[in-house]
Amino acid sequence: MSLLRVDGLSRRFGGLRANQDISFAVAEGSVVGLIGPNGAGKSTLFAMIAGADRPTSGHLHFAGREVTGWSAREAVRAGVARTFQLMRVFGSMSVLDNLVVAAHVRYPGRRAATNRAEHVARQLGLVEVADLPAAGLTAVWKKRLEMGRALATGPRLLLLDEVLSGLTPTEANEAVEVVRGLRRDGITVLMVEHVMEVIMPLCDRLVVLHHGEKLSEGTPAEVVSDPDVVEAYLGSPL
Amino acid sequence: MSVPVLERLTRVGPPRPPPRRSTRWLATAVVFAALAAYPLVLGDSNAQDIGIQALTFGIAATGWNVLGGYTGQISFGHALYFGTGAYTTAMLVRHDWSPWLAIALSLPVAATVAVVIGYPTFRLRHHYYSIATIAVAEIVLLLVTTTAALGQASGLELPIKEPSLANLQFSLQDKRPYYYVALALFGLVALAVMVFLRGRAGCYVRAIRDDQVAAAAVGVPVQRYKMYAAVLSAVTTALAGGFYVMFVLFIDPPSGLGLDLSVSFTLMAVLGGAGRFWGPLLGAWVLVGVQFLTRQQFSGSGRSVDLLLYGALIITIAVVEPGGIIALIERVRRRIRRSP
Repeated sequence: MSLLRVDGLSRRFGGLRANQDISFAVAEGSVVGLIGPNGAGKSTLFAMIAGADRPTSGHLHFAGREVTGWSAREAVRAGVARTFQLMRVFGSMSVLDNLVVAAHVRYPGRRAATNRAEHVARQLGLVEVADLPAAGLTAVWKKRLEMGRALATGPRLLLLDEVLSGLTPTEANEAVEVVRGLRRDGITVLMVEHVMEVIMPLCDRLVVLHHGEKLSEGTPAEVVSDPDVVEAYLGSPL
Repeated sequence: MSVPVLERLTRVGPPRPPPRRSTRWLATAVVFAALAAYPLVLGDSNAQDIGIQALTFGIAATGWNVLGGYTGQISFGHALYFGTGAYTTAMLVRHDWSPWLAIALSLPVAATVAVVIGYPTFRLRHHYYSIATIAVAEIVLLLVTTTAALGQASGLELPIKEPSLANLQFSLQDKRPYYYVALALFGLVALAVMVFLRGRAGCYVRAIRDDQVAAAAVGVPVQRYKMYAAVLSAVTTALAGGFYVMFVLFIDPPSGLGLDLSVSFTLMAVLGGAGRFWGPLLGAWVLVGVQFLTRQQFSGSGRSVDLLLYGALIITIAVVEPGGIIALIERVRRRIRRSP
């Protein structure tokens, strides 16, 4: 059964068509990659799924329910959490408090929220930095914290926006293991990513966007052999 | 990943374990004890005046701090709430109400004003919000200045009554009762603010201050919590206004609603330490003290000199420690602890 269904979704900013009639589905328990060149409309699509932006037209279904144009809070409560491509941690707060804020959406009580936050900190290896102010973290740790914060909200669907870019190969491998662990825990993942070597073995399916439209969809092997995709990335043969 | 990253991290800021609950309560108790002892140690009338004004404006600035310091919504219009408290109290007392009831009733009035103003203005961010708060406060200032029932530009005087706690008027020979009433009110405010900030609300408003978009993305109802903070902030500042008008028995548009009053609340909080509980009170004490000293030294209102000093203080704070005097003290203490 598909957890998320995107149905003819479009988003226009004035004359710019950021997303044009995009449709695909994400099966529960799968890891789906969303790829495409810069400016293809990946982040716009993410924003609409996460409730940060409203589509101009089209429909969005989550867990069998129509949720088109929902708010960010509704999305989080229903079980959709996201990370930001440009990391947006709560800088003045400690790492643990960052997680506590996110945990509060499911646990109103201070103690329960803190327990949940500590659990996530252990899961993502954030324990050693838990008491440090988040503003002082390096980019790598901030990315982890972003992921931890999304996870602390107790999501069914996790939207990861370029969590692997800018990492060294070792760090990227660690992050891949984290994503695999999420899948084992039954969390569905939709991830925007550029690094093909990482995404190929990790994802069950890929959706390719180009100029705001869906160019291709399928298993990683299918997608990379699709002539349209090759042309979009490398240009047409002379 | 572990070792070099951690090294880089510790350079930015040493890990600061949160103070244990018991030591925090102890510190609070010590500060309150010192505040209670102040007029007994410094008995003269000037010291009493400084203390009363510092506590009054300290309450107002603490109110500002809830919204400006903790929630990050910088208001330059908080005189509006101070004036709401002062004018509501003044009007009711002139109609023979008990001042206590009058002050109590001015609080829901201020809360209502905060909600009505917050609804449109909280859609604005950063400077746009700050500018809107100035505009709203100035509009109200003009409205009051032209409303006959509110005394227009000449203001409202309050009747002098028998000195008693019920009348909230005391002998001017010994103003200590005023001081202790102000201290009790500050205690009430401290309790309300600390309770608000301790739980989920405190967590949420700090998240809103740090990054509103990220806060919304983890499910924080941003507008609602801005509103909660605004209401607590407005009510606290109005309480200060209500007490102020009972102390001076007079209110007019500049002294209750002026822009410089709004700015002084901000200044007190920033000077002492915005986003820290004791910052505004400390800042109020410093600024009120400076004002008294300059007036003594340079006769008359001594006005320009104290403003000059304010300016110098603000520049110093901005350059040396943007976290205010409290942050400066913490830094010095850390340094002392580190060097044996």
